[in-house]
Amino acid sequence: MTDLAHIRSDFPILQEEMNGHPLIYLDSAATSQKPTAVIDAISGFYQKTNANVHRGAYTLSDTATDLYEEARARVAGFINADRREVAFNRGTTSALNQVAYGWGLNNLEPGDKVLLSLMEHHANIVPWQLVSRHTGAELIYAPYTDSYALDVDALESLLDENVKVVSITAMSNVLGTINPIRHIADAAHRAGALMVVDAAQAVPHMTVDVKQMDADFLAFSGHKMLGPTGIGVLYGKLDLLEAMEPAEGGGEMISDVQLDSSTWAEVPHKFEAGTPPIAEAIGLGAAVEYLEKLGMEAVRSHEIDLTAYALDRLGAIQDLTIYGPTDVETRGGAVAFTLADIHPHDIATILDQQGIAIRAGHHCARPLARSLKAPATARASFYVYNIRSDVDALVDGLEKAREIFGVA
Amino acid sequence: MSLNELYREVILDHYRAPRHHNHLDSPDGSAQGNNPLCGDEVTIELNLNGDRVSDVAAIGVGCSISQASASMMSEAVFGKTREEIDELVRKFKVMMAIEESAEEVVDPDRPGSALGDLEALQGVRKFPVRIKCADLPWITLEQALESAE
Repeated sequence: MTDLAHIRSDFPILQEEMNGHPLIYLDSAATSQKPTAVIDAISGFYQKTNANVHRGAYTLSDTATDLYEEARARVAGFINADRREVAFNRGTTSALNQVAYGWGLNNLEPGDKVLLSLMEHHANIVPWQLVSRHTGAELIYAPYTDSYALDVDALESLLDENVKVVSITAMSNVLGTINPIRHIADAAHRAGALMVVDAAQAVPHMTVDVKQMDADFLAFSGHKMLGPTGIGVLYGKLDLLEAMEPAEGGGEMISDVQLDSSTWAEVPHKFEAGTPPIAEAIGLGAAVEYLEKLGMEAVRSHEIDLTAYALDRLGAIQDLTIYGPTDVETRGGAVAFTLADIHPHDIATILDQQGIAIRAGHHCARPLARSLKAPATARASFYVYNIRSDVDALVDGLEKAREIFGVA
Repeated sequence: MSLNELYREVILDHYRAPRHHNHLDSPDGSAQGNNPLCGDEVTIELNLNGDRVSDVAAIGVGCSISQASASMMSEAVFGKTREEIDELVRKFKVMMAIEESAEEVVDPDRPGSALGDLEALQGVRKFPVRIKCADLPWITLEQALESAE
């Protein structure tokens, strides 16, 4: 185990109270908290170097452009990509929409299939539904097993020559399941399909190497990895990005504009229409730097330790059901559960009154929630700043919920 | 803020043993309400005899507050006229601070005192994020009444 307890003082919000109790933040799968280094990078940019990028003929704009492009290079290095393969956008949702609209809309035809899984977040379902309305492509879903792993055999049997895109989450935001992306990518490529990866939960919590994964496209968000909201990344293999149409047009993404047609800027700028989220990109760069200093191996091992402890302690609570793999090596730190007949919203309210923040509901994954026969679950999720006593507080809070609801 | 004020015995009782919880055969009016953010669902069905609700069903899945509110509401509207129901809805919304009230509120400490059992829901007012849970069945009731017209 790697002890990261000393870093808690880097996160000012952890000094706050909620409902008269010290804040215990267990909702990092929804959004992470931010270290001072990130907050300072953003405010420092606005105080000293704010200007628009890739436009100005003056020094300040040049400095802002350098900082923005340095952030891109840092993010690219973090996932072992070339900087030209990293396009900034608003977040994972935006990035997946770009692939669906940019690649899908122009390449899918009636009879084609898009292969997803039943554990996808709405962000990796709805864009494909929208595009399939225009293209006539069909969406098909790979199931998961009784032990909450992706059913890879079933996925491979669905992978016929009509499948043009396989788009799968690298780590489920509900079950915590880590999926074998390289294995799936190899199968997808054998079938002639593209491999798209929703890495919103994976990039913050484990080493992600796009080359090792052999991902064609990969999407993630800044705000789940200690960075600010409003910034996300679309990675794409260079030749694919060069061939792909932009989903959004506007300033900055063009090479030339005529009255009835335009030519595009070089990648990745062709996918960055309009003024980009500059301060947010710089904030994300600072977040990546922070994570690199901790080391992603240390982050992962800290979370494995904490998740094992949580599964152990939660599992000992009577009438508590956990939805997700039990082997911590195959899962991340999002732990979804239900407790007796106490509705997850009620659990969340009772915990809130004790200063504990968790998520309750369908977690933007309603097809999964339906298939689990648990329309709502409670979810505690961990990150670098969580410690074992947070889990202890959660367990105490759940005992209080049992008491209030009179669960014997 | 006391959790015991929110989770009163009567609320937990209605949550665990909801009243009027069987579908009607061919209802005169019905509506489905859901809260897409949290997934709570309520279906309200009703039969009218003239102006009077002669039968009602409130069926759903969701948190204790939404489902208890639906159950208590179904008891409260059973046998009532449209006019009486409008008055009930108004009093409920005032109690929950969803609507402002210019008059009455007999007892400011107990704004729901005219509502009988439903008064148990007034603890929800202190939990703003949960008011929408309590309100869902009432919005759905109004839609069901409209559909019966």
